[in-house]
Order: sequence, then structure tokens, then C-alpha cells
Amino acid sequence: MRASRLAEHFEDLEKQTHAARLGMWIFLGSETLLFGALFGLYGAYRTMYPQAFVEAAAHNAVWLGTINTLVLITSSFTVALAVGAIRAGAGKRAGWLLVLSLVLGGVFLGLKGHEYADHIHHGILPGSAYHFGALPSMGANRFFTLYYLLTGLHAFHVIAGMIFLGVVAVGCFRARYDAEDHLPVELGGLYWHLVDILWIFLWPLLYLSRS
Amino acid sequence: MSHALTGDADLPQEAVGPQETHEVDYLRAEGGVRSWLLTTDHKRIGLMFYGLVVLFLILGGLFAMVLRAELITPEPTLIEADTYNRMFTLHGVIMVWMFMIPSIPNVFGNFVLPLMLGAKDLAFPRLNLLSLYVFALGSVVTLGGAALGGTDTGWTFYAPYSTSTSTAVVPVVAGIFILGVSSIMTGLNFIVTTHTMRARGMSWTRVPLFVWAIYATSVIILFATPVLGMSITLVGIDHVYHFGIFDPRLGGDPVLFQHLFWFYSHPAVYIMILPAMGVISEVVCTFTHKPPASYKAIFISSLGIAFVGFFTWGHHMFVAGMSTFDAGVFGILSMFVAIFSAIKVFTWVATMHRGSIQFSTPMLYFLSFLFLFVFGGMTGVAVATQSLDVHWHDTYFVVAHFHFIMVGATLTGFLAAAHYWFPKMFGCLYSERVGMIGATGVFCGFFLTFFPQFLLGNAGMPRRYYAYPERFQWLNALSSGGAFLLGGALLLTLVNLLVALKRGRRADGNPWTSRSFEWMTPTLPPKHNFAVPPRIGRGPYDYHLTEEEAHARVSPG
Repeated sequence: MRASRLAEHFEDLEKQTHAARLGMWIFLGSETLLFGALFGLYGAYRTMYPQAFVEAAAHNAVWLGTINTLVLITSSFTVALAVGAIRAGAGKRAGWLLVLSLVLGGVFLGLKGHEYADHIHHGILPGSAYHFGALPSMGANRFFTLYYLLTGLHAFHVIAGMIFLGVVAVGCFRARYDAEDHLPVELGGLYWHLVDILWIFLWPLLYLSRS
Repeated sequence: MSHALTGDADLPQEAVGPQETHEVDYLRAEGGVRSWLLTTDHKRIGLMFYGLVVLFLILGGLFAMVLRAELITPEPTLIEADTYNRMFTLHGVIMVWMFMIPSIPNVFGNFVLPLMLGAKDLAFPRLNLLSLYVFALGSVVTLGGAALGGTDTGWTFYAPYSTSTSTAVVPVVAGIFILGVSSIMTGLNFIVTTHTMRARGMSWTRVPLFVWAIYATSVIILFATPVLGMSITLVGIDHVYHFGIFDPRLGGDPVLFQHLFWFYSHPAVYIMILPAMGVISEVVCTFTHKPPASYKAIFISSLGIAFVGFFTWGHHMFVAGMSTFDAGVFGILSMFVAIFSAIKVFTWVATMHRGSIQFSTPMLYFLSFLFLFVFGGMTGVAVATQSLDVHWHDTYFVVAHFHFIMVGATLTGFLAAAHYWFPKMFGCLYSERVGMIGATGVFCGFFLTFFPQFLLGNAGMPRRYYAYPERFQWLNALSSGGAFLLGGALLLTLVNLLVALKRGRRADGNPWTSRSFEWMTPTLPPKHNFAVPPRIGRGPYDYHLTEEEAHARVSPG
């Protein structure tokens, strides 16, 4: 235990670690409510336009969404392995596992970008810019507007998570953490798992619920 | 504030209260502007928030004065109709997000919460400082929007008007979003601090009621604010890119905006009022020298309000196309809030019973609070009733109701706190006589401003109107007169406190002979509050103990 990590206002490191973890969990809870507003809108508009939502979801490529789901879950797994590695004191290994997670995050964003490009090519744009000939209804417009909002907000979170993990990975390579003292790695992991879990809700809502 | 804030380092060390200490107090610990701007001391951050929210109170108040001046006569006099619309919007935005929501938690919560818990600081001091700067940034962006012409949507930003008006909606909603981020940072800090930083011996039933109130508030902040952030962001996006989320022309539903908005903004009322209730609980115990009639009733009802408050938002939409069944459910759920509130009111009143009541400015604010809160609360039950709401919706009745409950209660709570903790924050005493005159003025002014508005609303005057029929004039003139009285009384109160900073008698450690833990620290606490974290051996309201005993049971180590 390095005393220097103990802030002046805490009695001991255990309390400090507990506080940081609790803070992160509460923050994550707050984040879910940010998405909650959009999920609420999705629910309301799906009730309003059930048929259009089914048709529009059917237009999204299931294979793309599914591959992205697998990619993100795998990245969450490698992050969990990284946390395990740092707990065992293996900084280098943790660092490489985080780099692998970052690569997977990049793959996710790449596929997402490819999907966006394809949508835009078909005239599937949000709101008043929407001009997709095959599904001209207002309901489909609502679906794809929400699709952009939900996946866009999620992509922001992926990017934020990647920055977080990137910083932590650098710390791992520079041997800033050890078996006892690696709180930022854990917090980064928690955040990344949230990003993952959010996608696990987006996947069925936007790709699978097509009938 | 200038004298206390500059804190000349060469001043002689003041005598410090009952617990003699040689540590320099927090105001003089470090000198220079830099030491303030980069401080992580919760007390200094609290003071800086204090300065900002008082500034915004004055600004929002000035707008209100102009509005009321315009409404003295039925015809246009002072300002254009357009200016009027922008001004009442800004009045609402500033008062809600830049004064009432941050007022008690960020100022007094910041200052006394760690002292009450026996902690050296909040759990995340740097996050606390960041919250201050994010708050300042949000205010600058919002006021920047005001400088760009402001917006005329009202503080509620109802779609689809808010997405199509040509006024500066985007900077204002962006500013509010940023203010929300600051709220979340502070709320998170309070919750984590309450969980992890309590001194040894402070069990959950020894936590002061003010802390419970701040805790309940923080829970609401954390779970409601993101929804507001999202809904006004959607308004902003719609304004720029026209996603049409709430636009019927693209298949959107404007009422959904109201649902999202009130999902936050109704609990936000409790964000404003719960901290005031916390202050009131402390004040009533201190100035009657009695424990609360029921500690559990007060803190459980705080949590109850925080919980039920999330399920009442629909009562804002009774006339917006809601089924009568839904409206009935929302109406009944809303009335649950009144039950919890009544539990509190009865407990406070019962606390006074056979107490040794010390009549003082905070106590006077407590009485005002009780009256305004009960009055506002009862009219709240009335407007939660569907059939009555149809008549009163969007009239001055509603304006009067929510001013009574959220402004009346929050403002009196804020002022009670400002006086009650004044000796703790600045180490000196204000003039009790002027304070009481101010308190009386605030109450009379407030009542005179808003009581006529109930009558106006009931007679059918819609809210937000710029001109009105002549028969409403006398009530409007009365209301405006009350507003000026309220403004004058607030100014007097401010001057009284500012004078006290310069000339006030020096306070000893515990001027109100309170048993609450924050008064067990030196008059002006040192930078980290406690050299050694205290061990708590009693509850915060143990008035049956002798003074020595009470001190002895809050011992260092």
C-alpha cells in the first residue's frame, strides 16, 4: 500500500477505494437514466407505430448488429481479463488486454460507421432529412430517428470508454498500478461494461424485434 | 463578504470557541485569489457557490420586479410584449436552475454536510471544485443565450413551439444541460460522502436530519437530471437539425416532451424543497432546544417524498390529452406527497411543544416556512384534483401555488439557513433586530405578492399574459406592491448580513447552544475541519445532556 495514494481527507485507503467504487456505480446508475429517456421515447413511439417499427427494424442488417454485439461482449471479456491480470500484478498483460479491448471498440465503431454510411446512402437520415423510398411512413421515420439518437449516444459512450481505457492502458504499461493498487483499471472496466450492457438492450430493440 | 473573504493573513488569530485549537481557520489558511480559485476545501467552495447563487437570486429577482411593474396596469407600459415573454422565461430559468436547485445543497450542504458527518471534506473534493466551475460555465452559457436575445418559451420549453421559435433556445438549453452536469457531480459527491465518510460512532440513526434531506435530494438529482438533460437536448437538436422528435408533422408527439420534461421537473420541485425541509428540521430543534418529535418520521418521509415524487409527473398534463383514469392515478399519487409532507409538518409543530423556544430570525423564517408550505401544499392537493385542475390549469392559480410551495418554502429555508449558519460560516453575528424585520418583510411581501394571484387565477386570468382586462387590475397592483416589498425586504436582509460581515460581533463557538455536530467544531473550522476525526457518542439532538456531556461525547479520536 502506497501512502501517497491516500488523499488527506480519508482515514484509510480502504474507505477511499470504497468511495470511488460507490461513486462510479452511482454515476453508472445516472447514465442509465440518460438512456432511459430515449428508451421511454422508443417505447412510446413503438406503441404508436407498431407496424412501421417492425418493418423498419427488419430493414436493419441483423448480421451487422449481431457481429457488433459479439465484438462488444468480447471486448468486455478482455477488459474483465485485464482487471484480473492487474489484480494478479501483471501490468504488462493487463495493458495488452486493454489494447485488445480498444481494438475491438474500434472494430465496433468501424462497423457502426459502415452501417451509418449505408443508411445515409439509402436516404435514411433522421427527422426532416429522411427520404427512404421503401419505407416512407412517419413511423419508420420515428424509428430511424430514434435509431440515430440511441446508437449515436451509445457511440459517444464507446468513445468516452475508449479514452478512459486508453489512459488506463498507458498507466498499466508504465507500471503505475500493482496488485493492491489499481482502482482506475477497475473503474474503467465498470464503465466499459455499462457501454456493453447498453448495447445489449439496443441490439434487440433495433435489430431483432422485427416480427 | 469582502472582509471575511480576503482574510488578511497578518490579522491576529481569533479566539476560537470551546474547542481551543491552534490551527488557522479556513478563511485564513491560505491567502490570495489563487488559493480560492484552486481550493478543494468544501467550505470555500460552498462560499463561492454562495456568491454565485445570491448574484443569480438578485438577477432573477430584478426580472421579476420588471415583470410585476409591467403588470401594474392592464395596458402595455414599460416593456414590449416580446421582451415580456423573454423576461419571464429568463426569470424562471435563472430562479429554477441557477438559484433554487443549487441554493441550499451547493452552498449550505457543501459547507455543513462534512462538518455534520465528522468528515474532513467531501469524498471527492476535486469533483466538488469541478462542479463549481461547470456550474459557472453553465451559467455563463445560459446568460450568454440571454444576451443573444434570450428565448420566449417559458422555463418549460414546451414543444413544438420551443423547436420552432426563432429565439436563442439552443444556448439556453445547452446552459441548462451543463448546469445539470454540475448538479449530478454535487449530488453524487453528497451520496458517496454520506455513505463512506461518517465519523466513527455515527450510525445511520445519528445522521443529522439536514444530511438526510440532502441525501434524499441527491438521489432525486441523480435519477431525474439525466432525463431532463436528454429531453432539452432533443429540443436543442430539433431546433437546429429538425429531427422532429416532438413534431407532429414528422409523426412526433409533443405531449411526450411534457412527459419527459416533467419526469424531471416534477421531482425537481423536491430537489428544491427537500433541502429547505432539512434546514427547517435543524432550525426547529436548535431553537426549541429539543430533539425532533420523531426523528424517524422526518427522515423516512424525506425518502418517501423522494420516491413518490417520481410518480406524480402526470398531474401537469391533465388537460393535455390524458385519460381520466391516468389522471386519477396521478392525482392520487400526487396526494401521497401531501401525506408525507403533513407528517413532517406535524412533527415540526410537535417538536415545538414544550420546547424552550428561542425567538430569533431563523425561527421566524421557520414559522413563515410552515405557513407558506402548508398553504402551498394544500392548494397543491386542490390542483391535483382533476376536476379543479381543468378550471385552474394555466392560470395564475397555478403560478401562485408553485410559488408558494417551491419559492416560498425554498426561499425561507435558504434565508433561515443563511442566518442560522452565519456564525459558523463567518464567525460573527448579524443584527437580530434587522434580521427579524427582514424576515417579517419577506413573509408579508411574499404573501401579498402571491395570495392575490390565487384570486386572479380563480377569476380566470391566464398565466404568462402580458395584458389583461381592467377588472383584474387591483389584484395585480396588490401583487406588484407585494413583490416590491419582498424585493426590499430581501435587500435589507442582504445588507444586514453584509454589514454583519464587517461589523458583526464575534460569535463564540456555539451561539445558539445547539447540539448539532457542526457546532462542536471551532467557530471557524480549520481547513480540514478536524485534526483527528471525531468519535461520535451521541445523537445530534441530545438536548437532555448537559453542555459538557454533549461536548465530551463528540471527542477527537
